[in-house]
Amino acid sequence: MNSIRLRTLPHFFLALFLTFASVGRASAQDVGAAPAVSKEGVVPGAAAQAAPAAAAGTTTGDPAAIAAGDALFKGNCAQCHAINEVVVGPALKDVHKRRPISWLIPWIKNSSKMVASGDEYAVKIYNQYQKQQMPSFALTDAEITSIVSYIAAESEKPSQVTAGGATAGNAGQVDGQEAGGAGVGTGAGQYVDLLLIVLVVVLIVLVVTLVIIANIMGDVLKGRKDLDGRDIELLDQKFDFSKIYKSNVVRGLAVGLFVLVVLYESVQGVMAIGLDQGYQPTQPIAFSHKLHAGENQINCAYCHTSVYKSKSANIPSANICMNCHSQIKTESPEIKKIYRAIERKQPIQWVRVHNLPDLAYFNHSQHTQVGGIECQTCHGPIQNMEVVYQYSPLTMGWCINCHREQPLNTKGNGYYDNLVKLHDAANQGAAFTVSSNGGTECSKCHY
Amino acid sequence: MQESPKYWKGIEELENSPEFAKNAFSEFADFLPVSEKNSSTDATVSPRRDFLKLMGFSLAAATLASCEAPIHKAIPYLNKPEEVDPGIANFYASTYFNGSDYNSVLVKTREGRPIKLEGNPESLITRGGLSARAQASVLSLYDSARLQYFTIKGQQADKDRVDQEIRSKLVATGGKIAIVSPTIISPSTKRAIAEFASRYPTTEHVMYDAQSQSALIQANGGVLPSFDFSKANVIVSLGADFLGTWISPVEHAHQYITNRKVSSDKRTMSRHFQFEPNLSLTGSNADIRVPLKPSEMGQATLALYNEVVGGGAASSFNNAQLKKAAAELKANRGRSLVVAGSNDVAIQTLVAAINQSLGNIGATIDTANPSMVRQGDDTRMIRLVNEMNAGSVGAVIFYHANPVYDHPLAAKVKSGIAKVPLSISFNDRLDETGSLCYYAAPDHHYLESWNDYEPKRGSLSLAQPTISPLFATRQAQDSLLTWAGNPQSYYNFLRANWRSILGGNFQQGWDKAVHDGVAAGSLSPAPLAPVATAVDTNQAISAIARAPKAGGIEFSLYEKVGIGNGFEANNPWLQELPDPISKATWGNYIAVPRDMAVANEWEQGDVLKVTANGTSIELPVLIQPGQAKGSVSIAVGYGRELAGKVGSKVGANAYPLATVRGNALQYSGTATLEKTGAKSPIAQTQTHHTVMDRKPVVQESTLAQYIKNPKEVTEYDKVATPDGLEKPNKVSLWQDYEYKNHHWGMVIDLNSCIGCGACVIGCQVENNIAVVGKQEVINRREMHWLRIDRYYSSDTTKEDFAEKGKLDTYDAMEEPSENPSVIFEPMLCQHCNHAPCETVCPVLATTHSSEGLNQMTYNRCVGTRYCANNCPYKVRRFNWFSYYTNEKFEAVNGHMFTDLGRMVLNPDVTVRARGVMEKCSFCVQRIQLAKLEAKKERRRPVDGEVVTACAQSCPTQAIVFGDLRDPNSRVSQVTRREDGERGFHVLDAINVQPNITYLTKIRNVEPGKKLTV
Repeated sequence: MNSIRLRTLPHFFLALFLTFASVGRASAQDVGAAPAVSKEGVVPGAAAQAAPAAAAGTTTGDPAAIAAGDALFKGNCAQCHAINEVVVGPALKDVHKRRPISWLIPWIKNSSKMVASGDEYAVKIYNQYQKQQMPSFALTDAEITSIVSYIAAESEKPSQVTAGGATAGNAGQVDGQEAGGAGVGTGAGQYVDLLLIVLVVVLIVLVVTLVIIANIMGDVLKGRKDLDGRDIELLDQKFDFSKIYKSNVVRGLAVGLFVLVVLYESVQGVMAIGLDQGYQPTQPIAFSHKLHAGENQINCAYCHTSVYKSKSANIPSANICMNCHSQIKTESPEIKKIYRAIERKQPIQWVRVHNLPDLAYFNHSQHTQVGGIECQTCHGPIQNMEVVYQYSPLTMGWCINCHREQPLNTKGNGYYDNLVKLHDAANQGAAFTVSSNGGTECSKCHY
Repeated sequence: MQESPKYWKGIEELENSPEFAKNAFSEFADFLPVSEKNSSTDATVSPRRDFLKLMGFSLAAATLASCEAPIHKAIPYLNKPEEVDPGIANFYASTYFNGSDYNSVLVKTREGRPIKLEGNPESLITRGGLSARAQASVLSLYDSARLQYFTIKGQQADKDRVDQEIRSKLVATGGKIAIVSPTIISPSTKRAIAEFASRYPTTEHVMYDAQSQSALIQANGGVLPSFDFSKANVIVSLGADFLGTWISPVEHAHQYITNRKVSSDKRTMSRHFQFEPNLSLTGSNADIRVPLKPSEMGQATLALYNEVVGGGAASSFNNAQLKKAAAELKANRGRSLVVAGSNDVAIQTLVAAINQSLGNIGATIDTANPSMVRQGDDTRMIRLVNEMNAGSVGAVIFYHANPVYDHPLAAKVKSGIAKVPLSISFNDRLDETGSLCYYAAPDHHYLESWNDYEPKRGSLSLAQPTISPLFATRQAQDSLLTWAGNPQSYYNFLRANWRSILGGNFQQGWDKAVHDGVAAGSLSPAPLAPVATAVDTNQAISAIARAPKAGGIEFSLYEKVGIGNGFEANNPWLQELPDPISKATWGNYIAVPRDMAVANEWEQGDVLKVTANGTSIELPVLIQPGQAKGSVSIAVGYGRELAGKVGSKVGANAYPLATVRGNALQYSGTATLEKTGAKSPIAQTQTHHTVMDRKPVVQESTLAQYIKNPKEVTEYDKVATPDGLEKPNKVSLWQDYEYKNHHWGMVIDLNSCIGCGACVIGCQVENNIAVVGKQEVINRREMHWLRIDRYYSSDTTKEDFAEKGKLDTYDAMEEPSENPSVIFEPMLCQHCNHAPCETVCPVLATTHSSEGLNQMTYNRCVGTRYCANNCPYKVRRFNWFSYYTNEKFEAVNGHMFTDLGRMVLNPDVTVRARGVMEKCSFCVQRIQLAKLEAKKERRRPVDGEVVTACAQSCPTQAIVFGDLRDPNSRVSQVTRREDGERGFHVLDAINVQPNITYLTKIRNVEPGKKLTV
């Protein structure tokens, strides 16, 4: 009907759409996976810390011992054992009824020795499970007792156990799906791009079609002689764009808006230099933290062995992968990459996600072992990450803020006893934060 | 009353030359070129425009660069060794011995690579101390000049082919097979050589030392006695630099200081007389030092013999101090010690007789458990050189020996090698000797090897590999065993050898020995019956009496504490370690006494041609107070031709000046000196960081004064207040800090510091300090965080004012002393509680911590250098260049350029960028680590856990570091005990309240009297 309007407006809309689309994409790139981060929050305690076993020699049932056993079980045993299902090793339900604890302790400490000594049951188990040796564990008697207490407690929970067992049992299947999913996941970015392109094409086709229809309609109408004045006026109506174009108010607004947007973007851009929050590189092997840490509840420290004792948390070496993957999912193409690395004696070159500048000194053990901070506090919901991304900004401001707010983990630590007294005497009620103990001084991190 | 001598740091300061005065008042040298190519128009006109251009460009570059962050790889182990955790240092016990001083060490490794050496406290010989040379040896491991493969005629060759050819040639050889090495103290290596000799019976193993002690060995019945300076109340040294380079300096330093440390509970110390031509490290620590010409040494020994034993021929040497020394020796029979550094068997025989007569054998001298660290035999080496030239040697193997460089008969060695059909080198590089050999089978570095050592009979020591071999080298012992047809590896060979002493549960004993690094027991063959001394006392006396009087200028050769015999000349840390006395780096020089320089119109830096013994070398002059009149001295160890990028062509080789006299190497003689007209500046650090000319920065007193009243040995500054004179810290502009947690502090005992420089290198290794090279040292831009200030003091005392009148005394002060006494003062950031640097920093890059540290934040520093300008101690260092990328520094600082060299860097310490200030951090990384370990174990840190690198390496424990908040820490105890007695702060009056307390030096001399001659 309104041909001119129809002729110009589509272009305008198209341009507007394209602009928004590109700006949208650009900002998505800037902030990286910020929307994906979704501040879903931290799940404290999801990766249980290995607590010292409180259990006594042979008794079971003490909740503290069970809790300690739970942590130890997840840290040491859960890779190969479940309560109700056979994983690599046998299901451990009622193991305390099958074998006495006096048998279990030497078995867990050094199973091969027991097999070699010709213990009947040991040899039977060994043969039954494809002569797969259980590694030796340097656990104390009390720790083993607490693990067994935990198993005993778990064995008595029938309903919950089946559910849990089902998940554990399906682990293999889930694993397969997830591995496939992981492949899709890495291509998710491309998929969105494709969708966008298709949408744009459809839109263009739509607009062109509309324009053509409008033109044809106009031509048809113009050819008709029976139109009255009003119709003709309507048909010949021209919108004077030059008026808007020449209006100082509009011009001023547009320029102002433009300048503001540019300023905002450039300030954001400059502030973000060297900031890699959301950085999510593709790794050479599609390792899923979601699967290992999330679904299988493997303790972080099982693979990141030195996170409680060293500056570095330690990227696990291939031999740690082999603890389980010499048995599990040996046919997976991703795991074959590990085998290949071992055969070729070429270490796996992971892409480093968290990069602190060389001028900053960071020590994991200071924060985990001494500070009692959960991994997720800085690394985010790692147990939900298919592919790891940088959750925290890792800026100095971020560090300092935490040091200002975080109370020191002084409980039971003889290092702080006197300091706490001094602090409490001087500042009634104020929290004894990291910074009040000098935790924001330069040479705590820069030397 | 304390004596108030005038101190000066060098001749320039004493003379107060205009140039010195100008430099003394400016922290930074003016108009020193930073850009090399400054065509005068550009450099002067357009720096501002260049700056703007550069700024624009770098902003653009930074924006571009930030678009895509570089990908960092995290590469884990394939199969992680159980004991290695990334980020955690492992320590392994090992042993350093390269033919001179022995050190038991702990090797600090990170991720499997050695990064630092520390002293092994388990060792009963070195007791946790470590020499500068041993500290620096970790860098030699990563030396890119090492030979990285086997060679034939200098060309890379297959190992098996080399083995095959050598074996067939060894079998076919007609003449003698000689293995030439410096002293080898490894019993198992000797056994491997014996194994080789049993396969090739014509083998002879010849040991020689670049600084030979064969006369000392000959004079003591074929053994090198062990000395115990801790039991001696009177020490007389005739030219033996036993604290610096003689036999076992780290061990001696510890013993020596044991009897020199004083406190109000122990007000006794030994008295030390030193008679020597050049001012050595030992001489500078002596209570009484007498300079004498090298040719007078024999007569002086004879005179001492006459005084102590009596009955010798009359001596021409008449000296009051010598008589005094003799009297004190006689008063301390069995509690005294006489040592001589000479390689003249007559002198050593007389010294042995003196010690015998004083009853020192068995008391301060142990011949039953002799030292093994010098076994070289000059006679056999000279015979071998002649045999090589005569053509009777069929094969020669050089095992870390470099006689073409360091033997006086170098020319004959060179011609001899050409005449030997089969020549093999085990040397770690194609050095002067190795490059002449047909085959080279380079040995591992000692940090890559298994080995054992017996530095002293009954004391064993082990070395274990701390890194896989970096290059395609092979341990020399393995090469010998392979060629001998023994399929055993040297490791198994070594273990088999140790079975005899470990007994019982071998594996347990072995594990303990490897863990401790040291073990008791002996693996050396049973001692032979003492051989008769080469000359008896009467022969020695007549030999000395007969010795011709030397005419003209005499010279003596000496080793420097850093470079030593030149084996590690390619080590830039050692090249840049200032000589303790002259503070010269990068090269040797002719040390001449002042009057000789004045008489001949030589100035410092004038190049002279020294001719002696038919050869001549050219070196610059350095005016050295304390150098004996009529003599000059020159350091050996420089002038290497084929050491590598760092060490080649630095200085001149002085070994050819040595002579062979009576089948012994002699390191002195007469020389002619002539001026060449050329000038060559000497890179001294001496006057660069002059402390303000205020009240004394160093304090000293006498033992007599100390015994009388310990509270009067130190002079404390007072300031005038409305309430009268008060301590400076009573008046202050600033708020005091409250230290709740820790308060780190240090005490440096000037009485224990011998100035050896171990701490300087220890600090350099720990803190990734750059090496800057000769020209930049001349430009006064060296980077050492810790320096040792050396002050000469004149003998003028306050009493002189009364005796001679003021004017004459001031006149006398301006006369340079012929023989000054010396004080060493380690100077590092004082971590002032009221730090002047902190208040002037415009960007708060240097701030105070709640633990008393003066923190330096590199990433905040913008390089205004205000702080350095405002520092009264001149301990701040500015990075004028990017020492790790600027190609100008690639030769000297090469270890920061290559991946190989960077392996030595401490990963916990930032490598500083260009344009930032740096300084001593009190090893904050070590403090933080020790605190963390304590926190992890839920306890307070124990005193002694937190140790700085300098305190750790000090062989005399002159530096004590700890927590002043802990009342039981050693540092608090000493500070409390010495407060008001010996403890003082440098420049106390300016009230910056340093966290470092110094303790006044006490000399065992009579007060107020001039004891020096």
